[in-house]
Amino acid sequence: MKIVGKGFPKTDGMMIATGKPVYTDDLAMARALVVKILRSPHAFARITAIDTSRATELDGVECVLTYKDVPKVRFTLAGQTYPEPSPYDRLILEEIVRYVGDEVAIVAAVDEQTAARALRLIKVEYEVWDAVLDFETAKEHPSTVHPEDDLHCNYDIGMQRERNVVSSQKVEAGDVEGELKQCPVVIEETFYTQAQAHAMMETYRAFNYLDHTGRLVVVSSTQIPFHVRRQLARALQIPASRIRVIKPRIGGGFGGKQTGAVEVFSALVTLKTGKPAKIVYDRCETFSCTTSRHAMRLKVRLGADLSGYIRVIDIQGLSDTGAYGEHASTVFSVVGAKTLPLYNKTKAVRFMGDVVYTNKMPAGALRGYGATQGTFALESAVNKLAEKLDIDPAQLRLQNLIREGESCLIHADSSLKSSSLARCIAKGQELIGWNAKYPRTEMADNKVRAVGMAVTMQGSGIAGIDTASAEIRLNDDGNYTLLVGSTDMGTGSDTILAQMAAEVLATSLDSIIVHAADTDVSPYDPGSYASSTTYVTGMAVVMAAQDLKRQIIESGAQQLAVEPDKVVFDGAAVRTLAGDKAVSLQKLAERSVVGAGQRQLVGNATYGSSESPPPFVAGFAEVEVDKETGKVELLEYVAVVDCGTVINPNLARIQVEGGIVQGIGLALYEEVRYDDKGRLQTDSFLQYKIPCRKDIGNITVAFEESFEPTGPFGAKSIGEVVINTPAPAIAHAVYNAVGLRATSLPITPEKVFQAAGSRTGGPRP
Amino acid sequence: MQINVMINNKQVSLQVEPGEFLAETLRKHGLLSVRRGCDTSNCGLCTVWIEGKPTLSCAVLAFRVDGKKITTIEGVAKEAGEFAEFLVAEGAEQCGFCSPGFIMTVLAMKRELPNPTEAEIVHYLIGNLCRCSGYLGQLRAVKKFLGVGLI
Repeated sequence: MKIVGKGFPKTDGMMIATGKPVYTDDLAMARALVVKILRSPHAFARITAIDTSRATELDGVECVLTYKDVPKVRFTLAGQTYPEPSPYDRLILEEIVRYVGDEVAIVAAVDEQTAARALRLIKVEYEVWDAVLDFETAKEHPSTVHPEDDLHCNYDIGMQRERNVVSSQKVEAGDVEGELKQCPVVIEETFYTQAQAHAMMETYRAFNYLDHTGRLVVVSSTQIPFHVRRQLARALQIPASRIRVIKPRIGGGFGGKQTGAVEVFSALVTLKTGKPAKIVYDRCETFSCTTSRHAMRLKVRLGADLSGYIRVIDIQGLSDTGAYGEHASTVFSVVGAKTLPLYNKTKAVRFMGDVVYTNKMPAGALRGYGATQGTFALESAVNKLAEKLDIDPAQLRLQNLIREGESCLIHADSSLKSSSLARCIAKGQELIGWNAKYPRTEMADNKVRAVGMAVTMQGSGIAGIDTASAEIRLNDDGNYTLLVGSTDMGTGSDTILAQMAAEVLATSLDSIIVHAADTDVSPYDPGSYASSTTYVTGMAVVMAAQDLKRQIIESGAQQLAVEPDKVVFDGAAVRTLAGDKAVSLQKLAERSVVGAGQRQLVGNATYGSSESPPPFVAGFAEVEVDKETGKVELLEYVAVVDCGTVINPNLARIQVEGGIVQGIGLALYEEVRYDDKGRLQTDSFLQYKIPCRKDIGNITVAFEESFEPTGPFGAKSIGEVVINTPAPAIAHAVYNAVGLRATSLPITPEKVFQAAGSRTGGPRP
Repeated sequence: MQINVMINNKQVSLQVEPGEFLAETLRKHGLLSVRRGCDTSNCGLCTVWIEGKPTLSCAVLAFRVDGKKITTIEGVAKEAGEFAEFLVAEGAEQCGFCSPGFIMTVLAMKRELPNPTEAEIVHYLIGNLCRCSGYLGQLRAVKKFLGVGLI
């Protein structure tokens, strides 16, 4: 292959790196109204009176909107394929406010200062209700977070609204309780994973205007243009045909922008006033009024026989979705879906539990999407089991993990088509120096070094649901335009999709213009989430390019007056096999747009997969723990990745490094915290610490390619799977160092210090 | 109030509000590489040079720079492009939103530290946050740009 597998720089790289104005706020009209939101100071309350008269009278204020001004039709902001599994449980503004920061009023003014002044002039009286703040007691709490009876679910997700249960789920294969009784070794542990913030550098923002036909045009930093169009149509009660959503360059997403955040507010202003409007969230709003990762409690029980085969996996969970149910049921189901298949020598497996509403900021999609939480719990439990069985943790995994060609209890009728996880583990052991370093080495000055490990899987797209289309046309100048609706948010997906098209068409990367995404122009794509773009959109691109190639061959053969099977297309020309005649692509392209009876050549394809092939990672951490202070220093992280064929090694490597660092943040630093009134405490980069460049040690990335037969050129996904291993691997290393079995995240120096002070533990060397 | 500043080697007079920060002034002046990433002056996105020193423009009141020389990435485009080639070759720009501020700090470091060690590089750049790249690709790019011991 000439283009696929090469480390091309991103096609937009130089422009975005050097600060060119290509992001949402850079493109907003200078005279756009500035939209700001008045927010609830209470975690749970009903608005009893709201007086906007003084704000409305202020010079420069264009409109002040309250719950009285919005359509009374509930919707979800979750970016999911229709019909969305997330409940329709919100209005643009509502009489009831459900968390500190929930929207109370929308103000639009000529500038930011005026809008801010107007916010202070709005008088609101509240009847404050008893808030549900502890997710572990939400089901028994006398308050009902969603008392309204017009809340709608598209289908049964196990909602018990009066008990604050959004979704109740159970997946079981075999007899878990019966098999556990047969197991000579059983371990049980309950884990808590915290809410995490996306903390993408570009905060949420959108601007909009009415075009020359009066249609609403929304330019938004979003991962999901087509879903945003559908959300807006429902929330604003206007036909989707009256809405156009455009995605410019995005300054990071990480799943945050898979949930609508700001679009409905500024769009409503434009509809009410007819004027352009923009909304830009500050960092405080981004931390406190959007979404986070779902915090969870996960109780894991593992049963094993004495030869070290895991026979039972049981995970019972509880997930906190906060005030609204965006991605509530699906994130939760992924906890089980991406853990139970990993070890397949099992006789019974189960995942069950509930997702509950609380009066906190809603949770949503965040890279990993439940697999991250599940991996921490399962892998921590597997490490505990290894110690109890006195088996090396790497060996325990090697003898239990699912292999190519095998099935598992929850997917009994399908087999795994690609995996190099065993090789990933072996390679990782070698790179970290596992045999020499496991479990720990005492150092001078009360310090100890130790290693730990974890493995994980994710998916590639949503099987049977998410479907992408691609279109590629031969332009009059002999170049190509590739139209897709996926949303490169910095990952480089536009570039790797162009690489795939260029490979099929035997052309150079700069011959492919990539256009994405604009709902008026792009073919349908759910957007970039669920690790879908390389695999699902990528396959659509390959098929569309093949379709175009076939047409080029047919057209060329026709012009050469031979049968299509008597010619080849080499990227530059269609030539007869005999080599006696040829027509250049340039000429073919020119002729396709001149004269009567011509047809411009356009390749089309739509692709959806009935499966979601898992990428895998084996992660290894080496830490140095200071027993006197509890400080954990990460020295080295080794991530060995099976993402099938690597389409672009440079971009894949950066995806791994970035994901590992976010995982390090989850392991050691990051936590969305609230006070006892439900007020978010971590609303800035001062209170919410993301890793800086001194916090990460060295990261070694290696790829062990497999070949996924259902993927483009054998590729699987990479975007999400890479965030999953750091938390359990670092927790394992810390345990091996000082004996703290971290059952909650982040692993702070306080927790480590207390454990280190009490004993020196971990498995025997 | 009016201030007179040298922005990217052009002398300009600008009307600013008393409470206006330089980051906002520069954006209003059309320098859209200058971005805000936080409300607390600790993300580094808005880094520009004031009299050649890398400074968070979100933390400097506009009237304070009256008479001073301001440089944004638009003012050092050629050199920024030279470094960006290394950054992009690593794929380490990723979303690109933090890149202009990061590059301004890198170019200032190049002037300030003649032969930095890896530890000095990391320390100098510590105030520039990045959520995408995981930092190591940025470090590889900086070391190659400066010709410091290739990784």
